[in-house]
Amino acid sequence: MDLKDLYQEIILDHGKNPRNLGKFENFNKDAKGHNPLCGDKVHVYLKVDENKKISDIKFEGHGCAISMASASIMTELMKDKDEKDVNELIEDFLKMIKDNPDLKSNLISEDDKTKLMSLSGVKKYPMRVKCATLPWHTLISAMTNKPGEVNTEKED
Amino acid sequence: MNIKDIKKEFPIFDNKVHNNDLVYLDSANSSQKPKVVVDRIYDFYTKEFSNVGRSVHYLAVAATNLYENTRVLVQKYINAKDPNEIVFTKGATEAINLVANTFGQKYLKEGDEILITELEHHSNYVPWYYLRKSKGVKINFADVDENGDISIESIEKKITTKTKILAITHLSNVTGAILPIKEIIQLAHSKNIPVLVDGCQGAPHLKLDMQDLDCDFYAISCHKMYGPTGLGVLYAKKKWLEELPPYQGGGGMIGEVKKEGITFGDLPNKYEAGTMATAQVIAFGESINFINKLGIEKIEEHERELTKYGEEILKKNNSVKLIGSPKNKGSVLSFTLDGVHPHDIATILDEDGVAIRAGHHCCQILHEKLGLAATARASLGVYNTKDDLDQLNSSINKCIKIFNS
Repeated sequence: MDLKDLYQEIILDHGKNPRNLGKFENFNKDAKGHNPLCGDKVHVYLKVDENKKISDIKFEGHGCAISMASASIMTELMKDKDEKDVNELIEDFLKMIKDNPDLKSNLISEDDKTKLMSLSGVKKYPMRVKCATLPWHTLISAMTNKPGEVNTEKED
Repeated sequence: MNIKDIKKEFPIFDNKVHNNDLVYLDSANSSQKPKVVVDRIYDFYTKEFSNVGRSVHYLAVAATNLYENTRVLVQKYINAKDPNEIVFTKGATEAINLVANTFGQKYLKEGDEILITELEHHSNYVPWYYLRKSKGVKINFADVDENGDISIESIEKKITTKTKILAITHLSNVTGAILPIKEIIQLAHSKNIPVLVDGCQGAPHLKLDMQDLDCDFYAISCHKMYGPTGLGVLYAKKKWLEELPPYQGGGGMIGEVKKEGITFGDLPNKYEAGTMATAQVIAFGESINFINKLGIEKIEEHERELTKYGEEILKKNNSVKLIGSPKNKGSVLSFTLDGVHPHDIATILDEDGVAIRAGHHCCQILHEKLGLAATARASLGVYNTKDDLDQLNSSINKCIKIFNS
């Protein structure tokens, strides 16, 4: 195991200075994620327009570098994507974190893929996978208007 | 005490963690086990196993004697008056649930108050919380001060004419505060309030004397005392065990069972329904022998010195903020690091073989008061050395380097 794989520069940067942090006025979807055992919290806000496109996305929350970086990178990549693409990216990311060696989707640029793959370091740290996946499951919840808080300590 | 020799008695330290020597700083969570305890479990199952208290054959009688022998060892270890004041449970959590449940059932009614503190572990809050709904009681919290301490005055302030029981920790698993428990018990008793002490962190680290303390209930977690998991002890004054109703029903706890009615067994069987954690109880006897051989006073002294040393080196580290500076501090060093989340600290330390805990340590009320979602915690046991704390400090510096590079 190598800590450098887990705490890559991109992660440390996004962890320390998360992008799209905050809330905006006219969101029309949102969901909360909370891992009570470790205390990580994330609240995702979305503005989904009439064409089912995410026209704005932000998040509030606090937690470890992994969960904050994951939320930050996720919000960057999801902006201006439509529902179908959002779902494809979420599925691709969650499969990569669990089993797949790489991202399969061609929806994002090579640079963005590199950014997203920086989170793959958690694969070697099973206890930390839930930190990386919390914002993504929270995004699913917001998109599908699922009631209740998301908790990735209970599910993969 | 020669700690290097003591460490050799714990087989876990023969193993490497990520190719490093194990620096185990998570004893407040659970302590490691000496070989004598592990061997005792193996020997019991391979040479002496039988259920206790039921059959008359040779093995059953021998197992019963071994089981009861541990009860006497515990009684002597905590200086209880009578071995029948020692009840085995599945953990300290069950011990507190037993008291909350039976005491609540018999003595509490709507409007009554239970006093606990903001320092309490969830296991000394949640069992009482149930009574809010079932009995309509109110739970009050004595305030923790800025040092992570609970003063006698803060208890006194929250006692009302409706306070029916005080449930309080002996040693905080987050701030390390050792509470002035004897004075607090005297205060509560002067107002006719019985006291339950959560002794999970007290029993492994402090010399105990139930008759001197005069508490009504004392809950012990055996796996934090170099003993097996799945086992706890409830000490309760005999009068309470006689007065309170049974907790769980089943075999072993009865007197006579008829269709028309049931009578319950004598103490302590009344509270030990079903087949108990027999092997664990017998092995726990070896934990107590192990502690007695070293001497709890000597362990206390060693751990006090280590705690002081740990505080000193962490205070010198400018990035570290120690959580809690109580008057009397024992065995627990909780801290935060500027710009590094406790979970990231724990992962980075783990890479060096340093095992600590990160999170709220089952004390969300306290963390909310401290305004922190999580803290990192290094906690000590008899096998720890100053070298372990030096390694902790150098691994903390590694965290700072990674996050500030």
